[in-house]
Amino acid sequence: MAQPANRPVFAPWDDPKEKPLIRFQNVTKKFGEFTAIDDITLDIFQREFFALLGPSGCGKTTLMRMLAGFETPSKGQILLDGVDQAPIPPNRRATNMMFQSYALFPHLSVWDNIAFGLRRSDMAKDQIPPRVEEMLRLTRLERFAKRKPHQISGGQRQRVALARSLAKAPKLLLLDEPLGALDKKLRQETQFELMDIQETTGTTFVIVTHDQEEAMTVASRVAVMDLGKMIQVDTPDRIYEMPNSVYVADFIGDVNIIEGAVRGQDGEKAQIVWAEGQPPINATTAAPVSAGQKVHFAIRPEKVAIATEKPEGRANVIAGKVHDIAYLGNISTYKVEVAGGKMVKAQVANERRLARRNITWDDEVWLSFTDTAGVVLLN
Amino acid sequence: MNRRFSWFNATSLTLGFAFLYLPILILVLFSFNASKLVAVWGGFSTKWYVELIHDQAFLDAAWVTLKVAVVSSTVATVLGTMAAYVLMRAGRFLGRTLFSGMIYAPLVMPDVIMGLAFLLLFISIGLDRGIFTIMLAHTTFTMCYVSVVVSSRLVTFDRSLEEAALDLGCTPFDAFRSVTLPIIAPAVISGWLLAFTLSLDDLVIASFAAGPSATTLPMKVFSSVRLGVNPEINALSTIMISIVTVGVISASLFTKRQIARARADEQAAARG
Amino acid sequence: MTGLRRLVLILTPYSWLIFFFLIPFLIVVKISLSNTALSIPPYTPQLDLAQGWAGVKDFFGNLDFENFSFLASDPLYYTAYLSSLKIALISTFLTLLIGYPIAYGMAQAPDEWRPTLMMLVILPFWTSFLIRIYAWMGILSNEGFLNQFLLWTGIIDTPLTILNTPTAVYIGIVYGYLPFMILPIYSALEKLDGSLIEAAEDLGCSKASAFWLVTLPLSRPGMIAGCFLVFIPALGEFVIPSLLGGTSTLMIGKTLYEEFFSNRDWPVASAVAVVLLLILIIPIILFQKNEERQREANG
Repeated sequence: MAQPANRPVFAPWDDPKEKPLIRFQNVTKKFGEFTAIDDITLDIFQREFFALLGPSGCGKTTLMRMLAGFETPSKGQILLDGVDQAPIPPNRRATNMMFQSYALFPHLSVWDNIAFGLRRSDMAKDQIPPRVEEMLRLTRLERFAKRKPHQISGGQRQRVALARSLAKAPKLLLLDEPLGALDKKLRQETQFELMDIQETTGTTFVIVTHDQEEAMTVASRVAVMDLGKMIQVDTPDRIYEMPNSVYVADFIGDVNIIEGAVRGQDGEKAQIVWAEGQPPINATTAAPVSAGQKVHFAIRPEKVAIATEKPEGRANVIAGKVHDIAYLGNISTYKVEVAGGKMVKAQVANERRLARRNITWDDEVWLSFTDTAGVVLLN
Repeated sequence: MNRRFSWFNATSLTLGFAFLYLPILILVLFSFNASKLVAVWGGFSTKWYVELIHDQAFLDAAWVTLKVAVVSSTVATVLGTMAAYVLMRAGRFLGRTLFSGMIYAPLVMPDVIMGLAFLLLFISIGLDRGIFTIMLAHTTFTMCYVSVVVSSRLVTFDRSLEEAALDLGCTPFDAFRSVTLPIIAPAVISGWLLAFTLSLDDLVIASFAAGPSATTLPMKVFSSVRLGVNPEINALSTIMISIVTVGVISASLFTKRQIARARADEQAAARG
Repeated sequence: MTGLRRLVLILTPYSWLIFFFLIPFLIVVKISLSNTALSIPPYTPQLDLAQGWAGVKDFFGNLDFENFSFLASDPLYYTAYLSSLKIALISTFLTLLIGYPIAYGMAQAPDEWRPTLMMLVILPFWTSFLIRIYAWMGILSNEGFLNQFLLWTGIIDTPLTILNTPTAVYIGIVYGYLPFMILPIYSALEKLDGSLIEAAEDLGCSKASAFWLVTLPLSRPGMIAGCFLVFIPALGEFVIPSLLGGTSTLMIGKTLYEEFFSNRDWPVASAVAVVLLLILIIPIILFQKNEERQREANG
């Protein structure tokens, strides 16, 4: 989440004194022979907007269902405010869930759907209507209170589901692909709405999504998962700029991955040999590497510049031939064939209109980037 | 799609439905026949109806049948719904295969075999046969039909609705009562209706399960038509057919209206 | 689900079915292995638990397969089984021939007609089977409508004897079970994507060969399901042969009923039931397999 400059940075995960709201301790979940969650340890803090991101079948939904109480860990513990959740059934947990299908009760009105959880809490009877009204206002659904779920639109249903799960003011709200059923435009609007609501209510949100753009937009931290394991847990900008593995680099956004071997390291500067007869790539890495070590060099296409004449004073310059151009309106991506038949993508913002651009198919071009533009990934 | 009947289809449908409905129409028509002869029209008369409602044996049998059908279909609906819920929701348990086998077997079992089995059971446990044993037998075989109807609804039931109820603080029983049951109610009701109809119609199982003290309507009908056509039975059939026809037609009109309304709602919702 | 509630939920229907469905069957099997006796109940041995283990041993020692060898030796029974099989097979085939065009016509009908046609097929389900079969007695008898109509048209000049012959049984089975044939075929045909026929015609099929090469194979699962739904109950049918078949038509359901009520031979009646069940198991398993394949195919 973007932070206004005058506000203290929200980063409880960097503060050793901060107590986590949720703690996963070596949690493993098996379904028969299949390991859905493989020894995960993870802290989530109060007021966080935490995203679980990964392809389908990576275990993110299982992780969330364990938080809600629909699955129990085969090994390890899940603590909420320091209390082990294993013996607590879903109906007694201080968590609420917004379901992917919304799971709105079709036989109840919007109003009754929102009041459903309140009626089953210790809230006094006369407190319930004001609370429902408040949730209706928060989600701008006042006009639809009397309607049944099938009488409102998809976007409105999504807001009813949100209002219903927030009504009991849970310590933790779980959102399972909350925007998956909406079309793209509505999804983007709703993402900002979700962030607003999260900030107004101060609730901790854990969201499951397979949409990396959505995770990057809404989350304070993103956990990238694969095959039941946490690959990287970090803020969106660090996930994007400093992926810790080829998997994360490749999963988030567009990336060029160049395989190579280390020639030498001088402080943080390292040289990577990637093709015969070509100058090595000059890169920066804090990790110590030894000569001859196999590494991957990852660089985002927008950090690669493209020019028709050889640029001067750049740390890395590679010659190539334009193989393909993808015009996307605001940007263009050039696929350039370099030594050894490798393709490297360079992305350029289209600041000029069509006729003024001078690079076309089969042109000989020069790609260049600085020595801090990419990341060296150890295997 | 805008299609029209082709010649071939129109002919096969006309002949097919004539085959299905002509015998019934003839039966209904001749229940108003003044003559006792099968196929000779002796003028319009309602005398068979008058005779029917003064025939104490028929009235007694009808009353027995009604009592049996109401009790057995109600118990069967409770048991069948439980069985469907067990099949769809209880996960694995010891003897699950046997359980589902016992649910599906009565659907394909010949009536004579089931009737025989019930009779031999009642005799070996020394239960006096009568209206009570018919109820037991009917409950057992109709609960399987209820269970099939209800479980086919539960298959398409979105489980996250039940999970949402638990998540919002319901106990499992509360979740069933306040979410599952209202949503599957139409299936439970049609299960009850099916059980009721099956119990009303059953001849063979009731003949085995009933002792000399109880006679159901189908048993009475069967014993009076064995020897040939009986105009009183025509009158009785007409009454039963009219009840069913009115019931089915109004049910289908009702669902038709529901569907139309749901469609209108959805269109309105899409407009916003 | 919590432990106790789950247990109660499972045990209630489970124990009901064990007591009122499974145990009765075991009793049938047991009595089929017993001997006829002039006692109440009319069979031996009786399990005498008062004698302890000796009683149990005595009981099992006296069970035998005598009734089954009796069934095999007396032509009355095996001809009854064979004639039931023959009648069920032929009438299933006839039902398919009559039901398919009706299902096809329904599937091809204009959309606004379909709910009505559907209702017309379902309506007989809710009507008493006994009454629907009884209706044919007045039609098929010597002085019945069919004969009067045929005499009137001059096609025949002496009444045909139909009632109390196997022909009447065929008509009764086709009539009684026709909806069971129409519905599965209709639902298979209704799901059929119309563009498949168009594609076949686009690729050079005539209308008839498109039907033969595309529609018919794709409606096969529905036809198979319909055939089993007619064949299985027809095999053990009792009402139809009793009302329409007369004494000349042998069907095993009727034989069993009479063996039990007229002859009071419980062991033989039970043996007849056990053999009928064994015969039925094959089509039932095939039917289940067909249904499973369908479910898998539909995902």
